[in-house]
Amino acid sequence: MSWTKKVLRINLSNGRISSEPLRMDWAGEYLGQRGLATKYLTEEIDPKCDALGPENKLIMTTGPLTGTMAATGGRYSIVTKSPLTGCVACSNSGGFLGAEMKSAGWDMIIFEGKAPKPVFLYLENETAVLVPADEIWGTSCWHADEWIHRKYQDPLLRIAVVGRSAEKGCLYAAVVNDLHRAAGRSGVGTVMASKNLKAVAIRGTRGVGNVRDISAFMAAVNKGKKVLADNAVTGQGLPKYGTQVMMNVINEIGAMPTRNMREVQFEGSNNISGEAMHEPRKSDGKPNLVTNAGCFACTIACGRISTIDRGHFSISNKPHYWGASGGLEYEAAWALGSDIGVDDLDALTYANFLCNEDGYDPISFGSTLAAAMELYEMGVITKKQTGGVELKFGSAEALSWAAEVTAKGEGFGLELGLGSKRLCEKYGHPELSMTVKGQEFPAYDPRGIQGMGLAYATSNRGACHLRGYTVASEVLGVPVKTDPLVTEGKADLVKAFQDATAAVDSTGLCVFTTFAWTMEDIAPQVDAACEGGWSTEKMLETGERIWNLEREFNLAAGITAKDDTLPPRLLKEAAKTGPAKGMVNNLHEMLPKYYEIRGWTKDGVPSKDTRKRLGLNASGLAG
Amino acid sequence: MLKALQIEPEKCTGCLQCEMACSFHADGVFNPSKSRIKIFTFHDEGRFVPYTCTQCSEAWCMHACPVEAIVLNEKTGAKEVLADVCVGCKVCTIACPFGTVNYDQTSKIAYKCDLCGGAPECAKACPTGAITYVDADHTGLARMRGHAAKSANMSAGA
Ligand code: SF4
Ligand code: SF4
Repeated sequence: MSWTKKVLRINLSNGRISSEPLRMDWAGEYLGQRGLATKYLTEEIDPKCDALGPENKLIMTTGPLTGTMAATGGRYSIVTKSPLTGCVACSNSGGFLGAEMKSAGWDMIIFEGKAPKPVFLYLENETAVLVPADEIWGTSCWHADEWIHRKYQDPLLRIAVVGRSAEKGCLYAAVVNDLHRAAGRSGVGTVMASKNLKAVAIRGTRGVGNVRDISAFMAAVNKGKKVLADNAVTGQGLPKYGTQVMMNVINEIGAMPTRNMREVQFEGSNNISGEAMHEPRKSDGKPNLVTNAGCFACTIACGRISTIDRGHFSISNKPHYWGASGGLEYEAAWALGSDIGVDDLDALTYANFLCNEDGYDPISFGSTLAAAMELYEMGVITKKQTGGVELKFGSAEALSWAAEVTAKGEGFGLELGLGSKRLCEKYGHPELSMTVKGQEFPAYDPRGIQGMGLAYATSNRGACHLRGYTVASEVLGVPVKTDPLVTEGKADLVKAFQDATAAVDSTGLCVFTTFAWTMEDIAPQVDAACEGGWSTEKMLETGERIWNLEREFNLAAGITAKDDTLPPRLLKEAAKTGPAKGMVNNLHEMLPKYYEIRGWTKDGVPSKDTRKRLGLNASGLAG
Repeated sequence: MLKALQIEPEKCTGCLQCEMACSFHADGVFNPSKSRIKIFTFHDEGRFVPYTCTQCSEAWCMHACPVEAIVLNEKTGAKEVLADVCVGCKVCTIACPFGTVNYDQTSKIAYKCDLCGGAPECAKACPTGAITYVDADHTGLARMRGHAAKSANMSAGA
């Protein structure tokens, strides 16, 4: 069965801690992690509630394969209502915390209410205690992590924590676990901080067992490991270059958003690419990349462990940053690099360290900074706001400064912490915000990859590459190559990716496996581990159910078809260079077809038949 | 031919597949906290180091045990804990200079690496080749080969 079948419920308002059985009837329909926690959230909160109020809940959730030997089986997610978008938020993270939570005996932890004073949760197997966190409130994730480890003198504690940005209300604050892995997007860290919950520290020694058919499971797991090892992307590209393997590829096809998405190719991309991270530096002859690293159970190991040149201006007098830590992934390198026109690898790595140290999403941060830089160029934001700093595209100094003030939530950092949508509205130029539903774009320009336009517009958590990564098909040819410049067939493609991803995100596995694995590789692992007959078909239907439930949550929250759109820049301003030169994103050619194949009305609402077919009847949605 | 675990930390990514394989073999659950092989992370240096029992010839633990619960497996060279003889006095955990014999609160006896009876699961599970099971007389062979390749390159390039 692999689920522990136990949920830990923590009411932060009154300190009540209780254990309850997992709703197995729901697990049969929503599997685990993303799907199952979304079901709980939809049943338990009003989608219209204030995301930062005590009525919102925050769910930490594992999947049935979390904590097992299935390759990448270490993931957990945080599901809550997002303060950035007002949509359902589901942010997925690797590292080691998820497996530890499972090994402590819990599928899920549901946090409710708001603690009267800062606390952290200490969880050792069945023992859960809320501990005063006054001494670490107001400190960074890294500091709090070290403090908790020292307090318990236990190097094996796994810790998830929010930083100062979250405490100061940055709307895209992350929850950082294991120092450099993060549930990064949609402001799940902001919600955690709003509950006065600083950290969750877990030690689990029970292990994960209860696998339905262990010999079938181990056979499926070993087969899966072999597929990953033999695949060029998961066996070679990702271990060697990380997700940064994409940088030069995407730049070449003219889909690299640059300078707040004004352009689609970045002249400096080579300097901040995965390849560049391997180049020896002039100063000390060492490369930026120290080693690759795996999350729990991961046989891919895409993680980057990097150092910054000690002579670099950003850290030359700060020994605190001289050691190795989590390095640039593609999305971060893009947001902290091309989107603000900076190609100084050390400055990017420094900003990335700060994102980890104080827990905020580098994508949203970089994109918000890009909008601020455009506003500065226009003279709308001036040195008055920045306290004298020249907020120019291409300035590594501006990046370092902006990352510092956002980390601490100081001065202009508070404005950057609002996110691009609110910042641009505040300064009277909402059209400059490169967001969907209030969330900033990731690193694929939908003018050069048409299907991604539809994926962004319809993503249930706002602009996001991880909700339907048609890049795999449109650029890499996985599972089949489609033309990135046409819209034909993209509605079907987007739906297929969205449903499959929703299912994968509910297993405990990493979505990066799907560069090599299809559902035919994943379903047998789930099925061997869990009761319920998890065939490929059932997995895909579950994915579709999850997608529709998320949609229902958003509709009930007041987010509708009119929000399924892209910023005018991407719909009206044509790409200036590259293969997509002269093109905009033709969303209008795809969206109606998409609604139709989803079984939604013209207004983007799941039809009665669709609801019935998928059994959508969450009580939180009534009325 | 006696075989031994060859560990090459520079290849390790810290994924803990080995710890899970170990605990699964021994206890039937995926439980890194009960693994006989341990991965140590030196975060600031970006290093992951697997560490486990090297099966000393003159094993401190074996000599220290007052009830002779630790015995040599002639076939594999492993020093094995006899579960029904061990009294849980923990003297072996003190005697071992490397810390690789430990006490298990649940079973109330000492536990250590026994090379899985000659087919170590950690080596099978490791995706990077950081742990291999090789001729005990030549655990340095892979590293020698690596350096040999480099020196060959140097002369070729000269
Ligand atoms: S592929 Fe990368 S992100 Fe995914 S589990 Fe492995 S190391 Fe972590
Ligand atoms: S399985 Fe191999 S790569 Fe993974 S932690 Fe163990 S020794 Fe390191």
